[in-house]
Amino acid sequence: MPPISQRELLIKTFRKNKTSAVGLVMSFLLILIALFSPLISPYNPVEQDMTLMHAPPSWAHPFGTDSYGRDQFSRILWGARVSLVVGVLSVLFAMVVGIPLGMLGGYKGGRIDNLVLRFIDIFMSFPIVILGLLVLAIMGPGLMKIVIAIGVALTPRIARLARGSALALRGKEFIEAARAVGQGDAKIMFIHILPNIFGELLVMGTLWVATAIIVEASLSFIGLGVRPPTPSWGAMIRDGLDQLTNAPWLSIFPGVAIFFSVFSFNLIADGLRDISDPKLRG
Amino acid sequence: MIKYTIRRMILVLPTLWAVVTFVFFLIRVVPGGPAVAALGSYATAESIRELEKKMGLDRPILVQYGSFLKDLCRGDLGKSLITNKPISSEIRKALPYTLDLTLGGMLIGIVLGVPIGIMTALKRNQAPDYIGRILSLVGISMPEFYLGILLMYLFAIKLNLFPVLGGGNFNVLSSRLYYLVLPAFTLGIIMTAFISRMVRSSMLNVLREDYVRTAKAKGLRERVVIYKHALRNALIPTVTVIGIYMSILMGGSVLTEIIFSRPGLGKMMVFAVKDRDYIALQSVIIVFSAFVFLFNLLTDILYSIIDPRIEYR
Repeated sequence: MPPISQRELLIKTFRKNKTSAVGLVMSFLLILIALFSPLISPYNPVEQDMTLMHAPPSWAHPFGTDSYGRDQFSRILWGARVSLVVGVLSVLFAMVVGIPLGMLGGYKGGRIDNLVLRFIDIFMSFPIVILGLLVLAIMGPGLMKIVIAIGVALTPRIARLARGSALALRGKEFIEAARAVGQGDAKIMFIHILPNIFGELLVMGTLWVATAIIVEASLSFIGLGVRPPTPSWGAMIRDGLDQLTNAPWLSIFPGVAIFFSVFSFNLIADGLRDISDPKLRG
Repeated sequence: MIKYTIRRMILVLPTLWAVVTFVFFLIRVVPGGPAVAALGSYATAESIRELEKKMGLDRPILVQYGSFLKDLCRGDLGKSLITNKPISSEIRKALPYTLDLTLGGMLIGIVLGVPIGIMTALKRNQAPDYIGRILSLVGISMPEFYLGILLMYLFAIKLNLFPVLGGGNFNVLSSRLYYLVLPAFTLGIIMTAFISRMVRSSMLNVLREDYVRTAKAKGLRERVVIYKHALRNALIPTVTVIGIYMSILMGGSVLTEIIFSRPGLGKMMVFAVKDRDYIALQSVIIVFSAFVFLFNLLTDILYSIIDPRIEYR
């Protein structure tokens, strides 16, 4: 097989692998919904109408109304914003912190690598939801604080991947060559190692966006999410839980929204993973 | 073997100590300190001082840390800031509910996930493989609390087959299991998705190996090749990730307990957050991560038993 660039490989994957193409279309749709929710939602998501409490799904309110008579459909469209912003930003946060950390350990080796590994070990011993919950419980609620909490919880996972990839490159000739001409460690890491591992890390990034969306939903389900009345899917499920017997649509529809967002990112990641595992290629 | 086990146990201790230290100091950076947080912003300076004095929170932080470590070694996790009850005994009451749930979920995941993984690998790129792969993606995309709500709605509210809320009478086995079914299946279904994916991919890797081809070439029956030669080797990578899966299960148990109102550790933790009882939160989180360590340790030991190639260095 002739060598092909990563971009060609990406295009090829999406053409051949139908599942990741479907995932790409779905997540693109999700991004459009989040961007244009003010234009496409039929009602104001925070406007209350006590005469319409717990209305079942109808033509006027396709997903029914909640305990304050707010239109569920509009709230779900708006809720895409919180999920996507938290999902993407928290992974970016984890990458900005985790990649340099992992690279440092993998490239330098020895005692520094040991320190990095210890750090990863310590933070990986908390399940993601629990570490997120701990950080949020200390900082208090707020959109950016959720991003930080989930970002912190994902950082060791990203760092571990970056460390592994950097370690594999450490002994390569072009790195030796760069060192031989007298380039500094920082330059080698960011100019030679980073571009070579970035593609792979980006692939894993989409996988973690799916995780981050689930964790955000879980935290806002617990009540540690964005402040009301800002719509967030996890909080909507929690608010509907008391009414599960008489108004099940309050919990069921937001859950469908969470599921499809996570599912679309997992579909993309599933196809992309085949690229990073050459044995499964072709 | 025993030497390896002991070595692994000793290696775990410094990391565990670092985790405990991290949680202790993180809890102390709560704005105003744990006592202010517990009493709320309207508390008088006097009542805050009183609570701090009673709980020893007025001492220098390193002194607090020293006595915290000393108590921890004796299994004493301090007293709740809200109820003033010893936290250790509360945890002892809650722990069995969480262990039942996580181990039950793992058992269901293994019993369903391994056969599904084998089947999808053997029927690669055929209908059962596609269906299995899509279903497993559905499983890993499903937040456990949502799956729990769906199962509860269907089997407890609509069909009335299982209890809606609670943990049952713990001393009566039938009641204990009856109340466990829905929560355990909530986690078990998600675990099935994770395990079947793992088994499928390692089975595919093994089926390509030379020794499998050799076994086939010497005329062994397909069943023998698959179950004796391939499966045993395919399960090794799966065992190594069971520790990670246990950590996912422990995280998932928190929300599952909230949904089904099971009086376990997760529920205790979320209530500690709500009551702003940071001492209870600190203790529950330490117990949680201690169990993650324990499960990782057991995984490593199990791994060394089933794979004789591991060196006991």
